[in-house]
Amino acid sequence: MANLAKLSLSEEEELMYTGQLAAILDHARDIMALDTADLLPTAHPLELRNVLRRDVEAPSLDRDEVLSQAPAAEGGRFMVPRILGEAP
Amino acid sequence: MMSSTVGLGAAEIAELVRSKQISAQEVTEEHLALVRLQDPVLNSFLQITDDAAIASAKAVDAKIAKGEDPGELAGVPVALKDNLVTRGLATTCASQILKGWKPPYTATVVEKISFAGGVVLGKTNLDEFAMGSSTENSSFGPTRNPYDLNRVPGGSSGGSAAAVAARFAPLALGSDTGGSIRQPAALCGIVGVKPTYGMVSRYGLIAFASSLDQIGPFARSVKDAALMLQVIAGHDPRDSTSLESGVPDLLSDIDRGVEGLRIGIIEELIDGVAPMVGTAITEAASSLSAQGAKVEHISVPAVRYGLSAYYLIAPAEASSNLARYDGVRYGLRVAGQDMNETYISSRTKGFGPEVKRRIMLGTFALSSGYYDAYYGKAQKVRTMIINSFQKAYERFDVLLSPTAPTTAFELGAKAADPLSMYLSDVCTIPTNLAGHPAMSVPYGLGENEMPIGVQILAPALGEVNMFRVARAVEKGSPLIPRKLFWE
Repeated sequence: MANLAKLSLSEEEELMYTGQLAAILDHARDIMALDTADLLPTAHPLELRNVLRRDVEAPSLDRDEVLSQAPAAEGGRFMVPRILGEAP
Repeated sequence: MMSSTVGLGAAEIAELVRSKQISAQEVTEEHLALVRLQDPVLNSFLQITDDAAIASAKAVDAKIAKGEDPGELAGVPVALKDNLVTRGLATTCASQILKGWKPPYTATVVEKISFAGGVVLGKTNLDEFAMGSSTENSSFGPTRNPYDLNRVPGGSSGGSAAAVAARFAPLALGSDTGGSIRQPAALCGIVGVKPTYGMVSRYGLIAFASSLDQIGPFARSVKDAALMLQVIAGHDPRDSTSLESGVPDLLSDIDRGVEGLRIGIIEELIDGVAPMVGTAITEAASSLSAQGAKVEHISVPAVRYGLSAYYLIAPAEASSNLARYDGVRYGLRVAGQDMNETYISSRTKGFGPEVKRRIMLGTFALSSGYYDAYYGKAQKVRTMIINSFQKAYERFDVLLSPTAPTTAFELGAKAADPLSMYLSDVCTIPTNLAGHPAMSVPYGLGENEMPIGVQILAPALGEVNMFRVARAVEKGSPLIPRKLFWE
């Protein structure tokens, strides 16, 4: 799970979280027994519809201000570590 | 100790400022002086924005001098939970992963407060990313309860609740995903409101669980809470889940009384609460009945399953929402050999234990092979809870329950056992799952001489009746005969 969530855990943490998550999931057993065959799932409390707006030009966030808060930026872009292997 | 405007309500302060009996700047300085002196003990603020506060107070005074209308919150000090973004002012979510981040935009609610003449004093402490019920999960140290410094203020909006209770500001904003406004309001002896889902724009609220999150006010009176909610409510084109229903008129009917209203006490939420909390609900109910309401007990069976459904749904949504903290566009980056390693080391270093716990729980609930059994099942139980409420509201206008099962507990008491901490939200969670409004009104003292909160629940957009009942509960409530830590 930690791997999927992009987290790394020490052995000690792994032990602690395993116990705690098991207790939480165990508590959730009360709903596993419920008969919900006739119910539709609710993902959201409102009846969502697509919200559209007119395609009018409007200012967006200031690029320099946004980039000034990034861990690294260069030439008007976010900068990240190498994502591809070394060139052959 | 008490200076002239500290301790006054928002409406009173606005009236004094508008009628030029005191300047917004004086009000601001009086409140800032108390905060500077006393907050180092309470730790309710993460950041005090003195200069910006004085500047906005001066702007209010300048408007008044020119004969313009400064707005209904003229010169009223306001505290903001630090998960509401403020352009150019650090916004942390009490997390190391956002430490030092200065947002490039401002939340709609904050703009509305400024437009109404409110003066932002600073950003308040919270459980990291609003995940918790005690404000102990902050990575900047816990906030304490202003009635007993050894006890928690509740959470996750514990900083906002403590600040209002301590008279640092008459108003504050919080966010409520499973009770994070109502539960700390109850534990600190003040009023806290979670409005109908969609009534208040969430543009600029850092997302935790998007189908549940809602912004709402803290105040020391029901009327001040109504005033604040009217200021922040309303449609916002920048939030696609924002309702088009407009701003409700909460104040016109607030003193109409409860004659003829049908009020149901939720049996399932009275079961097992602390004895004095239970007694307070019974007394509040008799007071409402003496004021002309028709009060009866009602069973809303599915609310029993709220906690289990919530602790699958909210972490699932959180695991997805918090995927954005990857060390690329903002916040902490701990550089690794490649991108994947950078993600992992940034998140591992930046998130605290409760956030990691919920991200993993949510990742599990959504994972292939377990999705139907956990997340899917919880969504169906959510429908069951909505149906159960709907049935209750066929017979009742509003419902009544405790806000929290106990009064404020001691710091550290539940820190080692996440499940016991989660149980403090058992009375507040069902409302979020249904998208309904609910609020907490203080009702005297209970166990350990700490405040008790009565919860008033209403169907979607039922705020007008909810506030009428809240006002009636307030009228009949015993006072809090206890001194604050600085008194």
